[in-house]
Amino acid sequence: MQTETGKLMNGAEILLECMAREGVDVFFGYPGGVTLPFYDALYDSHIKHILVRHEENAAFAAGGYARATGKTGVCCATSGPGATNLVTGLVDAMMDSIPVVAITGQVHSKLIGSDAFQEADTFGITRPATKHNFMVKTLAELPQILHEAFYIASSGRPGPVLVDIPKDVFQARGHYVPVGAIHLPGYKVFTEGHAGQIKRAAELIREAERPLVYAGGGIVAAGASAELRELVDLANLPAVTTLMALGALPASHPNYISMPGMHGSYAANMALTECDLLIALGTRFDDRVTGHLPSFARHARVIHVDIDPAEVGKNRTPDIPIVGDVKRVLQKMVKALHETEAELGKTKNGPARQAWLQKINDWKTEFPYDRSRAEGEIKPQHLMDEIDRLSGGQAIVTADVGQHQMWAAQLIRFNEPRLWVNSGGLGAMGFGLPSAIGAQMARPDKLVFSISGDGGFQMSLPELSTIASNQLPIKIIVMNNGVLGMVRQWQTLFYNNRLSSIQLDCFPDAEKLAAAYGFKGRTIDKPWQLAEALEEAVREPGPYLLNVKVTPDENVYPMVPAGGAINEMVMGPAKPVEAGA
Amino acid sequence: MLQTISILVENKPGALLRVTGVLSARGYNIESLTVAKTLDPQLSRMTIVVDVEDRIRTQVIKQINKLINVLQATDMTEIPSVIRELVLVRVRCGQEARTAVLKEAEIFHSRVVDSSTDGFAIEATGDPEKLDEFIEVMRTYGEIDVARSGAIAMSLETKKLRLQPPVAAPVAVQAT
Repeated sequence: MQTETGKLMNGAEILLECMAREGVDVFFGYPGGVTLPFYDALYDSHIKHILVRHEENAAFAAGGYARATGKTGVCCATSGPGATNLVTGLVDAMMDSIPVVAITGQVHSKLIGSDAFQEADTFGITRPATKHNFMVKTLAELPQILHEAFYIASSGRPGPVLVDIPKDVFQARGHYVPVGAIHLPGYKVFTEGHAGQIKRAAELIREAERPLVYAGGGIVAAGASAELRELVDLANLPAVTTLMALGALPASHPNYISMPGMHGSYAANMALTECDLLIALGTRFDDRVTGHLPSFARHARVIHVDIDPAEVGKNRTPDIPIVGDVKRVLQKMVKALHETEAELGKTKNGPARQAWLQKINDWKTEFPYDRSRAEGEIKPQHLMDEIDRLSGGQAIVTADVGQHQMWAAQLIRFNEPRLWVNSGGLGAMGFGLPSAIGAQMARPDKLVFSISGDGGFQMSLPELSTIASNQLPIKIIVMNNGVLGMVRQWQTLFYNNRLSSIQLDCFPDAEKLAAAYGFKGRTIDKPWQLAEALEEAVREPGPYLLNVKVTPDENVYPMVPAGGAINEMVMGPAKPVEAGA
Repeated sequence: MLQTISILVENKPGALLRVTGVLSARGYNIESLTVAKTLDPQLSRMTIVVDVEDRIRTQVIKQINKLINVLQATDMTEIPSVIRELVLVRVRCGQEARTAVLKEAEIFHSRVVDSSTDGFAIEATGDPEKLDEFIEVMRTYGEIDVARSGAIAMSLETKKLRLQPPVAAPVAVQAT
């Protein structure tokens, strides 16, 4: 069975063969000394390589590719500084459970441990930054390790896997021996979910008076949007989706509330606070969602479905823990609900359920997100509102980290999963632009907005060159308030307005900056320019840089102060007496 | 309270670091750690004694179980088990104390492994608390040197080992 095939190849060619077998069509990277043999082999390969301008952005782009498609994103860097530069992108993928495989070159085996030129202990450095990592020692083990890496990255709870390959392994010659099976006896993937628990969950759903679905990124990772929708429709359940799950239920769905948490909607946070049954699906009770944990959903019994047993009971002890693939579990849960209802009739509490849905709708109507506009200046909310209009729930939007990210998450609606791309768990500034490169490469058919603040944009500035070079038609929107807005917001609210190291002056002229890379750019600062400027950007066949100067001192609301209960939201700026103190 | 964790782990480079990393990333200090091959030379048995707060003990076990190289991690503190340790003690004592030292060694069921005019080297096994006492006693006879192995543990109940079956690797070059 294990026969040698084809011609004699070197390790680099065998690596490319493995990548092709894994369905890799494009990857992101930056060559260097020890990966020279690999890039030499790449010269003859059909696999496309996108040369980024900084290795960190290779990892972010691979993450963007994976987030937009669900396929494993691949990035590559050389030894030493190349590998260390990947680390932030790997941790980002780790925190958000994104399938990424990173290939790093390592110095010649004989030199490992000798402080050789561009040597770093990549295997050691990336151990806590990855779901798993490997160091290849011989050419013979390369295919097995590569396929294991892709399997680990994409199965179970997805995550980043790094494979460190010494230069001599790239150079060694041998035959590609197809790998028959991947055997990882210690890799426990729980998929099915406990049948009895699923049945009990269905019963609880039927009995609840104030049920609420709390859906997280696991729904997106599992490709379980259709199943989620079936559950929501069948049992007429209201639902919130976390920052990682925007689009998992269409924003246009009548039962959809919004995002919960620190900057979530009033209705979402109140629904969480008052529900009597919380159906948590592929979500991890993150502190930015729960706020003060003992107050979180304090009247609720909790059903928690997650593929990772370590997440179940980590922050909140569930009444019904279900470890499994949320897609499979939801299919079974829907079936169980049908059976329960056939046996016992529809929900026990028709009127109570109606009143609950009504209450949520009243909250939604009474306390919507602020979409207000101003006469003489562009409010950030106005910007997001206009992007929302142009997107119509269909565009891919990548965000950086900070205020603009929260406004985008609040105001831009997504009617499908994998349209919203952001660094949720790690909150890595500089993520927006490179992840848009990955997303646009993955989905050339899609309109892609990359929204950044003026801080994060400048962290990823070199990638303008990658975008220009590949003529990626990304609409780069800079929400420019001249400050590190979220830091400023906290300094204003919690540090007596002592504004320390937040001014970002000397922002470059956007038109000239874009022109320097050979594409169009523009700066606007008047509300009447906004719609027209965004439309111009979208019409432009190539990339476009739109620098939007917005109200400098706007803050994101609602806001749950860190550690507070999520029903204790600050709904807007303090009264004028306190303001400007 | 000290927790004894028994871990069946693949004998692969970095496996030890992955396990201890779960503890060190949370700021826990390891009291003792032993590791050696099992009957299957591809697997090692690790025993870690660590002081983990009650509220995250289950979480730590789950995180260790999640490691790809770990086949099984068990909290031995919670189940019927035998925990044993070995200690080597070199005690320097004068002629007048030799008989007494030998008598004490016998009480602790320990074994003299070297004898010289300076004193003895004694090997003792037992549960770690017993060995603490043994060391205390020996100390009263003179200057001592101590080397402890760290605890090893064995569960007295059979727990089914749940292993992942192999999966097929991608076979054909996919069209791109």
